[in-house]
Amino acid sequence: MINLQDEAQPKGAKIRGNKPVDQLEAANRFIAASAHQKMHDQRLWDLRKKRDAQMHLIPEWEELRDLASEIKNHTLDFLADYLEEFERNATANGVHVHWAKDAQESNQIISDILKQHDAKTLVKSKSMLGEECCLRQHLEQDGVKVIETDLGERIQQLDHEDPSHVVVPAVHKTRTDVSKVFEKTLNAQKGNNDVHYLAEVQRETTRPYILNADAGMTGGNFLVAETGAVVVCTNEGNADLSANTPPLHIVTVGIEKIIPKMEHLAVFIRLLSRSALGSPITQYTSYFRGPRKDGEMHVVLVDNGRSTRLANKTFKPGLKCIRCGACMNTCPVFRRSGGLSYGSVYAGPIGLILSPGYNTHKYRNLPFASTLNGSCTNVCPVKINLHEQIFAWRETLAKDNELSLSKRVIMKTLGQLFASPRMYRTAIQTGDRALKYLPHFMVYNRLNSWGRQRDIPSTPKETFHSWYAKNYQKKEKRDE
Amino acid sequence: MEVGLFIPCYMDALEPEVGISTLKLLERLGVDVTYPFDQTCCGQPMTNTGCHKEAAATEALFVKNFSRFDYIVMPSGSCTNQVRHHFDAIDQTDDVQHVRKNTYDLVEFLHDILKVETFPWARFPHKVAIHYNCNALRGLRHASMSERRESFFSKPKNLLEKVKGIEFVELERPDECCGFGGTFSVFEEGVSAKMGQDKVMDQQRSGAEYIISADSSCLMHQKGCAQRMGVNLQYAHIAQILNGDLS
Repeated sequence: MINLQDEAQPKGAKIRGNKPVDQLEAANRFIAASAHQKMHDQRLWDLRKKRDAQMHLIPEWEELRDLASEIKNHTLDFLADYLEEFERNATANGVHVHWAKDAQESNQIISDILKQHDAKTLVKSKSMLGEECCLRQHLEQDGVKVIETDLGERIQQLDHEDPSHVVVPAVHKTRTDVSKVFEKTLNAQKGNNDVHYLAEVQRETTRPYILNADAGMTGGNFLVAETGAVVVCTNEGNADLSANTPPLHIVTVGIEKIIPKMEHLAVFIRLLSRSALGSPITQYTSYFRGPRKDGEMHVVLVDNGRSTRLANKTFKPGLKCIRCGACMNTCPVFRRSGGLSYGSVYAGPIGLILSPGYNTHKYRNLPFASTLNGSCTNVCPVKINLHEQIFAWRETLAKDNELSLSKRVIMKTLGQLFASPRMYRTAIQTGDRALKYLPHFMVYNRLNSWGRQRDIPSTPKETFHSWYAKNYQKKEKRDE
Repeated sequence: MEVGLFIPCYMDALEPEVGISTLKLLERLGVDVTYPFDQTCCGQPMTNTGCHKEAAATEALFVKNFSRFDYIVMPSGSCTNQVRHHFDAIDQTDDVQHVRKNTYDLVEFLHDILKVETFPWARFPHKVAIHYNCNALRGLRHASMSERRESFFSKPKNLLEKVKGIEFVELERPDECCGFGGTFSVFEEGVSAKMGQDKVMDQQRSGAEYIISADSSCLMHQKGCAQRMGVNLQYAHIAQILNGDLS
């Protein structure tokens, strides 16, 4: 057994421009780092177990999921109306509301706001939308210093890695990995991997930035149309510090995060943290309704492909996602592969259905990184039909000619073989010929990857078909 | 009641004994069973890969072979799920609708249709853990699911409880996917094998002697992993136990 201390943390998928991401290659490297893989699987499975325990404490859990799903469906059906209602109410509260059609426009709007305030340093809490828009890279090119204030996100920033999970961005790292990163970047004690020490180092080094920052940024978990408020849920309080300490607060949020009324918020707050971490509620659930005294608050409402998804009946339910990460925690493939293997902002089951919507060719392999077991659909607090959408993506990819050559050839051959009883029978004749044909035929692959780590099933003397023919022929009215 | 027996392609070729147990069990229960000779596959490999067009002819052949029966029964939850939920590549004629509605997995057929109360011929004095195929579990609802807030039920367990001497043990992750996933086991071999190995370790820790499932495909994968790992566990299809073939 390799010691966790000695095993290097495996890096994520290799990104080569627009070429299809090879998720499996990266997953295999993650699995090969056996100590990391085991720790990753266990950590996330523990979250899944905690989630189950919380679920069993709420008798109306399934009704709550139904309700959340219905609220989201309704909101999506009247999305434009609720967004306009939000804009009206937020503006009346003294908030500046901006609309961005894509990542580039969103980044530009934020750049412009910062320039107007001559802001050179920005503290930001975790935002998946920020990752989606490559906001940090954009601002850094603009000469703005950006500091992540969420512990996991800060670790990932210092290590020049993307978050590997929407809720626990550094879950693939051991504390020794973190200690090595902090030693290199924050001048932490060499070899000290005590978690309290490491958290303290991050806090001590980040606080001065927060106190002196020109601007603060947060994402938004929910937008309440009725009040024009932005709701942010965190466990570290870092969003509150980022939002309240500097005079300028910028929120960047996807348009699908809107809900109609305050009363609906309760439904989602009950579901979010229970699904994500198995805790009843996040430590901080903050409700930003307007700018602080003498300050300014801006909300950037970002589309970035969401309207396109909204118009697509099959993939529209993906917009219900509240980014709890429960589907990742339960996904047996994700737990073995590590989130960075997906090579996309969103990993795991939700990533499999969102990513190809952003770039079908680049993410064409992702919908195959699933056994279609359906566990993700069951844990989803807003009842997104995840495994059905994964299934649907495969059909879409086939129609768009985005299947690999080997898949296309094998499926065409199999389709012809199974459609012809005579050809099929010839292919699995009994006796010697079966030994020759079976491994190839049964595992659908000339490379015979089945046998690499598993024993190949032994070949019986005769097929069921020939046994039946011998033993039942007289009784049977054969359809020949 | 005339029943058409479908034997999945991998079972026909690799595990004929499970097909034989199924046939004999149904006959023993007084069912009029016919095995149509021109059957091949349910089309799942193509459909699950997104190649619905390529599955159309296979689906049509299946309907041609089985539309004349009152019930179509197969010892595979996964293939049943395919017929019932995914036969969409062909025109939905009356025959197709009839086949989709009346196709049952063996466990469902024994449990829900025949409502078998006893298997007096079956004895199995061993410690067993049940493996739930994901399609059977979440597609056909063979049992309650650990992710959902619902009361416990298990059709395979209800049936196996009627076998003398059987003792159940529990897995730590009772319904985690084993990583077979049809073509997933080949195209995504690395992750599939790892999931299979983890499943085998869970099974070994449970103290089970036998792993029983309503799906041979998952078992084939798990058995392949266990053998390679040198783990001494036996794998059997529920039909073999209920027919008393491994007593």
